[in-house]
Amino acid sequence: MSTVTLASKRRRSALRTAAFMSPWLIGFAVFFAYPLISTVYFSFMHYDGFRPPTWSGTKNWTYVFEHYPFFWPAMRNTLWLVVVMVSLRVVFGLGIGMLITKIKTGTGVFRTLFYLPYLAPPVAATMAFAFLLNPGTGPVNSILEKAGIPAPGWFNDPTWSKPALTLLALWGVGDLMVIFMAALLDVPAEQYEAAELDGASAWQRFRFVTLPNISPIVMFAVVTGVIQTMQYYTQPLIAGKVASGVIQGAGTQFEPGYPEKSTLTLPQLVYNLGFQRFDYGSACVVALVLFALSMAFTALLMRRRGGLIQAGD
Amino acid sequence: MTQVLDRPAELAPGPLSAAERTARRKALLNWVAVHSLGVAAALFFTLPFVFVFLTSLMSDTQALSRDLIPHTWEWGNYRKVFDTPGFLTWWKNTLLYAGLGTVLTVVSSLPVAYALAKFRFRGRNLSLMLVISMMMLPPQVVVIPMYLFWAKQLDLSGTLWPLIVPMAFGDAFSIFLLRQFLMTIPNEYLDAAKVDGCGDLRTLLRVVLPMARPGIAAVALFQFFYAWNDYFGPQIYASENPGAWTLSYGLESFKGMHHTDWNLTMAATVLVMAPVILVFFFAQKAFVEGVTLTGVKG
Repeated sequence: MSTVTLASKRRRSALRTAAFMSPWLIGFAVFFAYPLISTVYFSFMHYDGFRPPTWSGTKNWTYVFEHYPFFWPAMRNTLWLVVVMVSLRVVFGLGIGMLITKIKTGTGVFRTLFYLPYLAPPVAATMAFAFLLNPGTGPVNSILEKAGIPAPGWFNDPTWSKPALTLLALWGVGDLMVIFMAALLDVPAEQYEAAELDGASAWQRFRFVTLPNISPIVMFAVVTGVIQTMQYYTQPLIAGKVASGVIQGAGTQFEPGYPEKSTLTLPQLVYNLGFQRFDYGSACVVALVLFALSMAFTALLMRRRGGLIQAGD
Repeated sequence: MTQVLDRPAELAPGPLSAAERTARRKALLNWVAVHSLGVAAALFFTLPFVFVFLTSLMSDTQALSRDLIPHTWEWGNYRKVFDTPGFLTWWKNTLLYAGLGTVLTVVSSLPVAYALAKFRFRGRNLSLMLVISMMMLPPQVVVIPMYLFWAKQLDLSGTLWPLIVPMAFGDAFSIFLLRQFLMTIPNEYLDAAKVDGCGDLRTLLRVVLPMARPGIAAVALFQFFYAWNDYFGPQIYASENPGAWTLSYGLESFKGMHHTDWNLTMAATVLVMAPVILVFFFAQKAFVEGVTLTGVKG
């Protein structure tokens, strides 16, 4: 008798789990697993959305890697953004985080002011920077020229477009500031006191007390920064559109990457191939490259030992 | 005894020693240095807002100049933006997408997060890892089949439904954030509810829900901002029908409609930014809590 109740109890608890998990189980199947498998399938098909898909073997793959003129520029830009934008954002975020922990007067006001730009909607923030940095009437170049500093072309110059995007990313550093602030406040005060007694300089205190304590958070910021770079879409697209002056209205056809492919990123290629060239097969190839890159860095985030997000409890 | 040790100043009243004076001067200099840096940083973070706002109030001719401050304050620019055909529709659509989407996300994500935080079952860690993976994936990875599904099979392109409906099936980021929050609720509360004869659903609604309010507030805020800011989603599904555009999507067409009129474009930009900033001021605490809880941006 007791085994029967145990079995039924178990079945009840399995049913209960399934019921609570059901929204996500359905969502996972319909909006993730099915389309992911489908993406793999379409990457081997020729499909333009009108005629039925036909098998094309590895043609889409060789097209994307060898002939599609946007792929390698986008990969190079992604690498640039990972190396320069992500690391500058982490360093700047840490600096601002340290600054806010040192500020004793008006802390709340400073914190809010530092945080607000992060909340600015990406399209609006990018429009704002496209105006601020525009070479014709933009306030930044007006001020630079008045100060006698040569003013760059920013979003209109291929060597300055990514630095301009970096500036925009540094402006919105509030998320990292909050994370670093919390981490810095968690560093045990005794360790600083002990270091001070030993006569450690400010740099030594940072190097041997602060940094070892917050290094997991620094790693976390770097890896999530890389993952976010894989999704970097709205800002480079809008910046290119506004600077090129081709906008007639949303929905206009626009060759992405202005100026000279310098703002191309991988997500833009999926849009360009799928929704501008109607080459769904090749769009799926880029989507899978994006998938592989994102998953590799997510795995880094979840590694069992020393992983940054602990899956278990 | 310890009290006295804590306050050595009281032990030795009278004029400050030379060492104490240099220490004080050093502290003051340090204060000045830190706060000057703070002011410099504050200028970097606020001046873009200030210049955008000032430009939004310039006359058409002045907006073509390099002036920084308006000669005449043209508040009518904002009226012109509101009078732009479609602008009010974009507001309505954005509120629908953000509002309905947020409600659906919270309702569908809470039970999943609860199960992941408090139930013991096989495959729980695997599920959690899949949730985190989904959270980290760019939406572009699955967009081709999803578009074909919504547009070709259900004929719903030109509407926002392809963006709203999936939110009824749990959102990875919200599940993760809520799960992190629910982990902090002690099991004793749940056990007590069980002893009182509450089923799982009653426990969730009567015990967990009230305690999880700050977490739910954070999730709702993030989701609201996500929908408000989303550009890629409306671009894929709504672009063909201006009647379904959202603010973030419609905003860029301002630059097209008003070619060189930066003043009107900046006024529209202010109007898209302002609600987000207002919401933040009212819910600052919940927001910051959410950021530190997950360490991931929304």
